[in-house]
Amino acid sequence: MFPILSWLVFLPLGGALVVFLLPKKEVGLMRGVALVSSLAVLILSLRLCLGFAQGKTEMQFVEVSPWIPQMNVMYFLGVDGLSVSLVFLTALLGFLACAASGCILHRQKEYFILYQLLMTGMMGTFVALDFFLFYIFWELVLIPMYFLIGIWGGPRREYAAMKFFLYTLAGSVLMLVAIITVYFSATPHSFNMLELRNVTSTLDFPLQIFLFLAFFAAFAIKVPIFPFHTWLPDAHVEAPTPISVILAGVLLKLGAYGFFRIGFPLFPAAAHYFSFALAILGLLNVLYGACVAMAQTDFKKMIAYSSVSHMGFVLLGLAAMNATGFNGALLEMFNHGIITGAMFLLVGMLYDRAHTRDLNQFGGLSGPMPVYAFYLTFCSLASLGLPGLNGFVGEFLSLAGSFASYRILTAISALGLIITAGYFLYMLQRVLFGPIATNPRQYSDLQATEILTLTPLTIIMIVVGFFPIVILQFQETAVQGLLKWLF
Amino acid sequence: MVNVAHLIPLFPFLAFWVNILLGKTLHRASAWISIIASLISMVLSISTAQGFLAGAGSYPLGTWLTFFGQPIAFGVIVDPLTVMMLLVVTVVATLIMIYSVGYMGGDPHFSRYFAYMSLFTASMLGLVLADNLLMLYIFWEGVGLCSYLLIAFWFERPAAARAGLKAFLTTRIGDTGLLLGIFLLFAATGSLSFTDLSKANGPEWMLMAAALLIFSGAVGKSAQFPLHVWLPDAMEGPTAVSALIHAATMVAAGVYLVARCFVLFAAHPVCLEVVAVMGGISALMAASIASVNNDIKKVLAYSTISQLGLMMLGLGVGGYSAGTFHLMTHAFFKALLFLCAGSIIHGVHTQDIRLMGGLFYRMKTTGITFVIGTLAIAGVPPLSGFWSKDEILAQAFGPHPVLFITALLTSFLTAFYMARLMLLVLFGKSRSELQTHESPVTMRFPLVVLSFFALFAGLLGSPWMHHAFQKFLAFQVPYPSEEAPSKFVMGLSIGVSLLGIGLAYSIYILHRRFLPEGIRAQFGWLYRLLMNKYYIDEIYEAVFVQPFLRLCRLSFRFDMAAIDGVVNGIANLVRRAGGILRRLQSGFVQNYLLIQTIGVLIVIMTLLGKLCFQF
Repeated sequence: MFPILSWLVFLPLGGALVVFLLPKKEVGLMRGVALVSSLAVLILSLRLCLGFAQGKTEMQFVEVSPWIPQMNVMYFLGVDGLSVSLVFLTALLGFLACAASGCILHRQKEYFILYQLLMTGMMGTFVALDFFLFYIFWELVLIPMYFLIGIWGGPRREYAAMKFFLYTLAGSVLMLVAIITVYFSATPHSFNMLELRNVTSTLDFPLQIFLFLAFFAAFAIKVPIFPFHTWLPDAHVEAPTPISVILAGVLLKLGAYGFFRIGFPLFPAAAHYFSFALAILGLLNVLYGACVAMAQTDFKKMIAYSSVSHMGFVLLGLAAMNATGFNGALLEMFNHGIITGAMFLLVGMLYDRAHTRDLNQFGGLSGPMPVYAFYLTFCSLASLGLPGLNGFVGEFLSLAGSFASYRILTAISALGLIITAGYFLYMLQRVLFGPIATNPRQYSDLQATEILTLTPLTIIMIVVGFFPIVILQFQETAVQGLLKWLF
Repeated sequence: MVNVAHLIPLFPFLAFWVNILLGKTLHRASAWISIIASLISMVLSISTAQGFLAGAGSYPLGTWLTFFGQPIAFGVIVDPLTVMMLLVVTVVATLIMIYSVGYMGGDPHFSRYFAYMSLFTASMLGLVLADNLLMLYIFWEGVGLCSYLLIAFWFERPAAARAGLKAFLTTRIGDTGLLLGIFLLFAATGSLSFTDLSKANGPEWMLMAAALLIFSGAVGKSAQFPLHVWLPDAMEGPTAVSALIHAATMVAAGVYLVARCFVLFAAHPVCLEVVAVMGGISALMAASIASVNNDIKKVLAYSTISQLGLMMLGLGVGGYSAGTFHLMTHAFFKALLFLCAGSIIHGVHTQDIRLMGGLFYRMKTTGITFVIGTLAIAGVPPLSGFWSKDEILAQAFGPHPVLFITALLTSFLTAFYMARLMLLVLFGKSRSELQTHESPVTMRFPLVVLSFFALFAGLLGSPWMHHAFQKFLAFQVPYPSEEAPSKFVMGLSIGVSLLGIGLAYSIYILHRRFLPEGIRAQFGWLYRLLMNKYYIDEIYEAVFVQPFLRLCRLSFRFDMAAIDGVVNGIANLVRRAGGILRRLQSGFVQNYLLIQTIGVLIVIMTLLGKLCFQF
């Protein structure tokens, strides 16, 4: 059998090696290599989705072989309904962000090496099923990201990179402790993420709680859950455009994915115990994130806080502990990746022209930039949950799911929908409407390549908005399987 | 019989994409693409109506998504209410698009305008065809979006951009309630289909709360008190848009929603009462504001709020067919009035009625059709408004004396402010040196067609036709009585209309002062209150908007100072602790030896201590 998952994970690493061997001056060639390898990953991920059998609960495309037999560490990869859409999301955003990397103007060689290393790490995290391997990939994401923000970022890049690195590392260390505890709790000792749930779910309740919280620390920081979110605005704002896209589009999903893959199935009792607390955190994320986003004058920071708010809907769906909520949370993860990815691309395109992100400096851009105005309006509408576009379906299912479990709490969270509409439309008003604030000639409309990077994302927004089944069909069976295990 | 109803929204939707993608090349032709698309929709609607009369009905189309293990199907509902709405929407939309060819003639964003108009038409048709609440909600937001885009169409004007934002946000408050109502209804009954509403059983309080939450959506969309504030501001959009979206169709969607869920409301008299009372408040409040306003479009906007309130009142007192009948007649005469206003603004380039006067003789077609529209809304028999308004009054008469008087008072004020508007604009002497010209034929043609409807559409529901229209509509709730409306109510209704018109005539044409100066001065506060629209905008600004924005800024400061402060504080603490510990690593061998010796001593002492305790 063709080891498609290994190819998905290690193709970018191969690309990184090729770039490493190229002479420093061959910038075009490096971009070409990175682009080709990420395009190949995208094609492979499509092939994966097409070959994915939707009715099955078990892992598919499994690759398993002993790696460090002395410690019972396995090279164990596989996908199921929880991860397959995220693999596609990673591949798609990986390709588009790579295509948008033309804004990187110095030290391109290191950039493309690190970028592809990052791709390997992210892809690996989503498909690894052995804790040892998972942890390696999880940490592998961290290192290139540190450099990508720290070298190619904005004025406060060093602070932001260090904050991101230390914050996430603090979380992962706790996770490492938990992984080791879990490893020793099984006889024979095992890192198998799937089979361990039979052991961990029988552990003493207090120990389960402790382990869940240790994993929670790692995941909560990544999601990010209030009050562990303050690394995010700094990192997003300082990172260069393509890296912001990856950060918001893919990295935040790692945390939520962790709950689905590890936190909930391994510790069902703890999951039930903490579900209401998670719902409260979800509510806080939604409302607090939206309120802070409303107060922003920096375009990128506004989008960053909108991510905090949107991830709150994922938490609500997760806390619902029912099929509708889980489906909604998973779909919202995918949708948020698509929408916010597009939003960061749009912010970057404006920044390239205006060299500022201050919302009060713009105005009337509908005039000189009608195509840009169309895309910005379109993506904002998707983000604020307009029915017919993808954002609505995820939020709707998450809220409906959590409404079945927590009526009042969900009703309060729904206020977030109003505030979200508020800050997005207020942004549109300041950027696109009104008289033109500054020199209009500086605002040339979008070029063909920019339109090409945005179009696939907008098409997905429409398709998923009208036919959510396209994504839901992949996750439905896995969600049912997870629920059966939880109850 | 082939089912074509689901194809009705398709053509305007295609026209939207054609115009938005090929707008630059099409330019002037984009108007005709939109017009032809909505003509096709009109033909299909007529054929659906025929099919319905021949016995065809609703049908399913497919499944959209699974919701708590239940497939949510989407399908098409075909019943008298939908058939009526289809015809009203397609006829009015087609006419207004033809009008727009002339009205928007010189606009640089001509094709974008028609793209949005087509998208609106498609969403509105989808809304009335949706057979469950979720599908309705989707199109509901769709029409809201088009409304936003078209209000802010002239984006260079800051006022237009602000008005668009206000419209979207205010309605979204209601829409969020509607969404929660949908959740609650599903939790109570396990179904979202309209056909299942009649057999909805579940916990009483849940059904009641669901009905009220659904009504909150209607309040937002139909600009009822307390969410009415967006509609007058929405007049910043092109006048043709105001006619289609903010008078004839979209704002009536709230009334449509209540009518569509009527069985749910009717099962809980309290809910119906809420609908009636909110409608009554809106009707009277808006009519009183319209009586003093000097902007031709704003007067019509407040009039729309007031008339929608009247429809709500009609529904609330149990007059299902009365409310929906008025919805239809209002769509025609209010669209007509707005288009006339557009034609006048097109001709004189101002909206201030104090600057107009005597236009009747210079804009013949516009003038005559404006008079017809005014008489229709004022309730002069036998024009359309009279019959439908009379139905509402007749319904309220008897069991609801307070609501009846409210409706009667509203009728009086309506006749007064409309007559005032007409007289100030069309008659008397010209009050300024305005250049005027009659509008082109593309604009006059729709006026003539609409005034035909304003004249005669009401006859369908008149006693002369044995209330044929009401009986046709009354499939959900049987039409109450053959004898209604009573002669007394009819006489009263005609009386207040004539009184209102007469009062306006004597004040604004004959310049009679009915009250002595002293008393008029005493009522100055009332005039100021009305001129300032009861200060509702100011109150909202002070009570909701500004405090909320302050809260947002406060949360941001909290985020920076408190939460991030703690994070950075911990980091600094670690760094400082490291700084202290670093001194241990001084590099002097003597120090290390000293520490080592102390350490060994401590170990020995501990061991000794343990030994001591063991013995």
